Amino acid sequence: MKSIAAIEAEIIEEFDMFDDWMDKYSLIIDRGKKLPMIDAAYKTDEYLIKGCQSKVWLHAAPSADGRILFMADSDAIITKGIISLLIEVLSNQKPEDIATAKLDFIEKTGLREHLTSTRGNGLVSMIEQMKAYAAKYAQLKS
Amino acid sequence: MNAITETAVNEFNAAQVRKDFPILEQKVNGKPLVYFDNGATTQKPIQVINAVEDYYKHYNSNVHRGVHTLSRLATDAYEEARLTVQKFINAKSAHEIIFTRGTTTGINTVANGFGRRYLQSGDEVLISTMEHHANIVPWQMICEERGATLKVIPVLDNGELDYAAFQSLLNPKVKIVAITHISNVLGTINPVEKIIQDAHQVGAKTLIDAAQSIQHHEIDVQKLDCDFLCFSGHKIYAPAGIGVLYGKEEMLNEMPPFEFGGDMIREVSFEKTTFNVLPYKFEAGTPNIEGAIGLSAAIKYIQNLGLKNIRQYEENLSEYASQRLKSLHFYRPIGDASEKAGVFSFLINGTHPTDVGTLLDQFGIAVRTGHHCAQPLMHRFEIPGTVRVSLAFYNAHDEIDYLIECLQKVEKMLA
Repeated sequence: MKSIAAIEAEIIEEFDMFDDWMDKYSLIIDRGKKLPMIDAAYKTDEYLIKGCQSKVWLHAAPSADGRILFMADSDAIITKGIISLLIEVLSNQKPEDIATAKLDFIEKTGLREHLTSTRGNGLVSMIEQMKAYAAKYAQLKS
Repeated sequence: MNAITETAVNEFNAAQVRKDFPILEQKVNGKPLVYFDNGATTQKPIQVINAVEDYYKHYNSNVHRGVHTLSRLATDAYEEARLTVQKFINAKSAHEIIFTRGTTTGINTVANGFGRRYLQSGDEVLISTMEHHANIVPWQMICEERGATLKVIPVLDNGELDYAAFQSLLNPKVKIVAITHISNVLGTINPVEKIIQDAHQVGAKTLIDAAQSIQHHEIDVQKLDCDFLCFSGHKIYAPAGIGVLYGKEEMLNEMPPFEFGGDMIREVSFEKTTFNVLPYKFEAGTPNIEGAIGLSAAIKYIQNLGLKNIRQYEENLSEYASQRLKSLHFYRPIGDASEKAGVFSFLINGTHPTDVGTLLDQFGIAVRTGHHCAQPLMHRFEIPGTVRVSLAFYNAHDEIDYLIECLQKVEKMLA
């Protein structure tokens, strides 16, 4: 299992291949299209993180070996692409690692301004929620 | 048309006018800025920026209080702004012009004042499905408080008001009809003159939300015969935080004020307070002086360009935009009324509005995406939101061409 930092490094490298932000967006969109859909059972209001512009559904569950598995979806494709990055980095990791992850890749890929400028898209709340879930689970375990 | 106006029309040159707006000269994301979010707020010409700067540099002072020179100068400028607005919308008297923070405050002032004075249990208030939240929620609140009922005029599939339904909803229980002149989402121009006449037939008063029309259409409140009309400064090239509530004198005199303190007081004792006369009764606290001065400068600026010239140019530009947009096979317009302003809400088949807006931003194009503070209207059309392009006179035909080109690229990326 790769560490969070190792996966982040791969993503940074992937984004570094492109200079133009339109190409980076193409990459995000492609990822969005490939993101496995969330099970229909979880695409309900209970799992909804409501942003002003687009919707995000997030489901979290522990795996047999105590890691956390995330599933998510969005009605907007760019949001979905960014979600796929977060899932790749944080899903199937140990709760304590998730809770303390600095998520440097957001800064280093240049995604930061895109995340904060579109606060309405529910992504900031999604990261908060992923971490909160991990922190809660880590506490339960100890 | 006389020779002078004809020359003015011919000389109305977007490229030239555009130079008055310093903000439009910049690049965004490495591309020249194309500002198509005028329905949300308009940019400010240098004449407005200078007027506000001049006020702060030379005569900033509080109004209606001091005996000193600066206070007198500030008061004169503030009251002169009121006269400018009065003439602009042809109100009968200057004290029918109340300075507010914006359209929202204006509607809240009327909903509260009119509601407390006139609404009784069993009465009705009429609005439409295409209203902005600012012309829904204040009425909802006051209806709840007064035991009145809020009734809603439906909208047809093409975005026009269902006029037959409006007529059937009219009855003597309706105390006020509050309706938008131009829909901020659909661009539909409502037949307000007829609506006002029909409302008056059953004894109902009328409030017109002119937030989206004041900058495009000539408005004469006496000719319209509306009882109230509200607009915001920032949508008519003036600063934010200033707006206007026009009300017929007899209506404003009858209504209790909504906010208390400052200029609106005549005399205070702990037993009783009496209120100032119009317009001050509705202007509590120190007003937005620089906003009023900026608004006055903005009105003079567009009067100088000529509202007729502006309208003619904008209609031409809108027609061009409409034709070009409709030529795109993936373009799905929301709202296609026969009387329509330069507001284009649309979806691109199979995509989410926020994706389209995000990518257009990368091309330097500013559009609005989302529900546009009109969630009931989104529910009516069963959509999550729209992409909205809203035009102003500083926009040009080649910007429309660029938009079309970029929309084609965006559609390919998202498909």
